[in-house]
Amino acid sequence: MKVLVAVKRVIDYNVKIRVKADKTGVETANVKMSMNPFDEIGVEEAVRLKEAGTATEIVAVSMGPQACQETIRTALAMGADRGIHVLTEAELQPLAVAKLLKALCDKEQPRLAILGKQAIDDDSNQTGQMLAALLGWSQATFASKLKIEGEKALVTREIDGGLETVELKLPAVMTTDLRLNEPRYASLPNIMKAKKKPIDQVTPEALGVDVAPRLVILKTEEPPKRQGGKKVASVQELVDKLKNEARVI
Amino acid sequence: MALLVIAEHDNKSLKSATLNTVAAASAIGGEIHVLVAGANAKPAAEAAAKVGGVAKVLLAEDAAYEHLLAEDLAALVVKLAPQYSHVLAPASAFGKNVMPRVAALLDVAQISDISGVVSPDTFIRPIYAGNALVTVQSEDKIKVITVRGTGFPAAPAEGGSASIETVPGAGSAGLSRYVGAELSKSERPELTSARVIVSGGRGMQSGDNFKLLESLADKLGAAVGASRAAVDAGFVPNDYQVGQTGKIVAPELYIAVGISGAIQHLAGMKDSKVIVAINKDEEAPIFQVADYGIVGDLFKIVPELDAELAKRQG
Repeated sequence: MKVLVAVKRVIDYNVKIRVKADKTGVETANVKMSMNPFDEIGVEEAVRLKEAGTATEIVAVSMGPQACQETIRTALAMGADRGIHVLTEAELQPLAVAKLLKALCDKEQPRLAILGKQAIDDDSNQTGQMLAALLGWSQATFASKLKIEGEKALVTREIDGGLETVELKLPAVMTTDLRLNEPRYASLPNIMKAKKKPIDQVTPEALGVDVAPRLVILKTEEPPKRQGGKKVASVQELVDKLKNEARVI
Repeated sequence: MALLVIAEHDNKSLKSATLNTVAAASAIGGEIHVLVAGANAKPAAEAAAKVGGVAKVLLAEDAAYEHLLAEDLAALVVKLAPQYSHVLAPASAFGKNVMPRVAALLDVAQISDISGVVSPDTFIRPIYAGNALVTVQSEDKIKVITVRGTGFPAAPAEGGSASIETVPGAGSAGLSRYVGAELSKSERPELTSARVIVSGGRGMQSGDNFKLLESLADKLGAAVGASRAAVDAGFVPNDYQVGQTGKIVAPELYIAVGISGAIQHLAGMKDSKVIVAINKDEEAPIFQVADYGIVGDLFKIVPELDAELAKRQG
């Protein structure tokens, strides 16, 4: 079966972000960018399905400016077979991304689409569920285990009280949680090989999707700073302070 | 204008996050209706009817809703939504699973994880693990929203007297099937509503050592949480995780034990009223947000703290 994975280019998770002084957003110039960590887990899961003989082809999709091709190359180096880049300079919100992915799924007809549960930049946690809705497919969010059995997928999900297992009819959308797997590092030979793998480029216009943002971002600000840093010397002092100063015990 | 809150419940009772979501609906303003979709969910509907500020409870009983599968529940919400200006659910695993599906079917944006209300169409929400706050305005006719519980003090669970109206279920589309669940059993309070939380990190070294924290938690009436590192290492189950991609908490007192304070962990607890950090590394970033830090070996300090609390409790 064919598997489609979506990979987003985001500010690297190790970077401490800076809010722009004019409140128009977060500084992205000269900042290290990487694949969204949850999407790496998605690519890894797809590659494992291929290694197990369950998946036959893995298509990695990314959307945004030209530089998104680097993110697709990373997926190709991990083991994806080919890429699709939706080229646009427009701001893409989750609903627009889901519509673009739907258009690609209509064309590519994968049996499974794997997305990260959230992107670590906007923390929206929406796109996978929206894609499933638009396609009329089943969905399993926050997956920590996947088993394909014929025309069904058995997915264990991380929920607030523990774990839940659901059985999905394929085709389906699955979003990844942290414990699904540990993504591999691409080897040098695989990085070289990835350079030869094909990446198709399309535009939202060619896919017939209106990507106009629905939400207007009025301003971006820094959160109030917490005043911490006080130390206490002993357990007795700590308990005294919690009782008499903070009055929380 | 009326607003619809999608209740999170287990058919017998409401989950506390529902109360915070009702509070967010009150902050927006308008008549508040609560949808309880479930199977044999009358007790949950009766609980919802008592919540302060709720005008009406819609009870949809259908075997399809027993486990609140997103595909079937979203179909029901989409049917009801056109009568409302806002549809809200908690930004919990439940709400995050269902609401984007609702939004996409309505062809509207979702406003995720709001922590503040500026006006009926403008909201504040954290991005980048809470390292920035954005103010967003929605131009959609129906606003589909998930609510960060810590942003809104819970609505009173008692005092309301809403009517309960039965609405027909929409059945099951048969796309997915609930197979089973492994839920953590605990006598301690839930993480997201606990007044005190004791959390352990990689410094705990093993799952067995979490017994030290459990003893402490029992003396404080606290819930036990963990950092991502402790969950990834297999010390404790996933539902213990506090952080950007785990649970967001804001208790009166948060005691971080053996937690270094990675950005993604701080994102989940930095709105706590009082933070205590116990760590042997005095350079650990957790101390920068802690109101009271103790530098030292947790295996010595935690038992001492436990004994001191026991002594004072007599």
